[in-house]
Amino acid sequence: MNAFIRVVDAVKTFGDPERGGVRALDGVSLEVAKGEVVLVIGPSGSGKSTLLRAVNRLERLDSGGIWIGDDEVTARRADLRRIREDAGMVFQSFNLFSHMSVLDNVTLAPRLVRKASAAAAREAGRAILERVGLGDKLEAYPRQLSGGQQQRAAIARALAMSPKALLFDEPTSALDPEMIKEVLDVMTALADDGMTMMVVSHEMGFARAAADRVVFMDRGRIVEQGTPEELFASPREERTKEFLGHIL
Amino acid sequence: MTNGRRAARIAAGVPWWLVLLVGLGAIALGTALADASYRVIFGAVARGFGVTIGVALASYAASLALGLLLGLARSSRLRPLREASTFYIELVRGLPMLVILYYIAFVGAPALAEVLNGLLAPLIRAGAVKAFQARDFSFATRAGLALTLGYAAFIAEIFRAGIESVDKGQIEAAHALGLSHSQTMLRVVLPQAVKNVLPALANEFVAIIKDSALVSVLGVQDITQIGKVYAASTFKFFETYNVVAFFYLCMTVSLSMLVRALERRLKRENAR
Repeated sequence: MNAFIRVVDAVKTFGDPERGGVRALDGVSLEVAKGEVVLVIGPSGSGKSTLLRAVNRLERLDSGGIWIGDDEVTARRADLRRIREDAGMVFQSFNLFSHMSVLDNVTLAPRLVRKASAAAAREAGRAILERVGLGDKLEAYPRQLSGGQQQRAAIARALAMSPKALLFDEPTSALDPEMIKEVLDVMTALADDGMTMMVVSHEMGFARAAADRVVFMDRGRIVEQGTPEELFASPREERTKEFLGHIL
Repeated sequence: MTNGRRAARIAAGVPWWLVLLVGLGAIALGTALADASYRVIFGAVARGFGVTIGVALASYAASLALGLLLGLARSSRLRPLREASTFYIELVRGLPMLVILYYIAFVGAPALAEVLNGLLAPLIRAGAVKAFQARDFSFATRAGLALTLGYAAFIAEIFRAGIESVDKGQIEAAHALGLSHSQTMLRVVLPQAVKNVLPALANEFVAIIKDSALVSVLGVQDITQIGKVYAASTFKFFETYNVVAFFYLCMTVSLSMLVRALERRLKRENAR
């Protein structure tokens, strides 16, 4: 397996560990191949979001290393711009820029970071928004959109930088049930197109439809991993069985 | 019954304070036009109108610029910038505006002249520039400078509050897209921060108009100073200060109403 994202022995502590600090990542190692879709599940506080955020360095590790392709994310003088062009991020709360239209949200980074011309960025942005089904919402502001539409716009915004991998941090947790499907459909289509994806989510439907591998984390460690069929049908660890009992 | 209820609803919606204020204003204006001595006072005090507006506008514009820089420094990631700006803000906010005014006028201006002379010493020795003296700075300039330095501290705190009011997720999203810290500040944080504090910033303009009356202690010929001199020489204290108050209220009340309208508009926009 040719690893595209490589996490080696990642450790991250929040607060002072001697006074009730939390070890969010306690020696996590993980490899994601090019085109692979990895779903990370686990109870809240298990470190799954921290792992994701460390991959594009929204969070810095205490020790351990992370590589995306040949770029060392955790290098002291890492080229942050390059890392963030490598891996796009989609957030639970969308985080669309609320003072900009949907199209401006999508074209901002290509214009500022890639120095694309306004016309070229608009053309590309329009095409990407068509692709996520928002071709008729180009000039709308985020507050005028439903949650599902906002999250699709946020995915389009990440795609506009043509990332080599996409990180999804609980992309459907803030959505009403009837809007979850439209977002998952977009994500499934991306997976089918061969996008490398790390997804923190408990959407079992998505796991079965699109995930190549499911990773179960608890207390900052990877407890168990396998294909969706293996992990859901016959988990080996007690802790995994217990957790799956809650969400299945 | 419905008529009564509708009348009650309309009565509840009427801003009675404004009706009273406009009524008093109309009476004042009516009296003034009918009374020859009021007409004279109006004419005299009106000559200070330009100075009051000029000092207020110039100091406000300058303190917005300085306040923005201080506010950005206050929320900077660089500790020395943060400390320096906090030091300035706490220092200035701890002083009465009147003391700042005296200080700038009688300590700051001579010191500034010295500093400029020091910087331009070679040019002055060569005869290219004349040496500065404290009296080269008019009292109106000194007063404007003092108001600027004082208000910059308040405005910096408003900008800081605005910057802090922007959701952290917006900053993370910008960073995750590869924007640099300054691009994130300029294109994502500041536009939202300024919009959030627009009413508070506008209120500072109302405040600076009122505080511009302080320049009268330096003898600058603003509305207050002209009124003070006029009243002292004619003993028409009652009439003169009525007129002075009338001028200030015309400016401040109308501006406050504009600020409210702006607040309502922003609220509506955010609710949509």
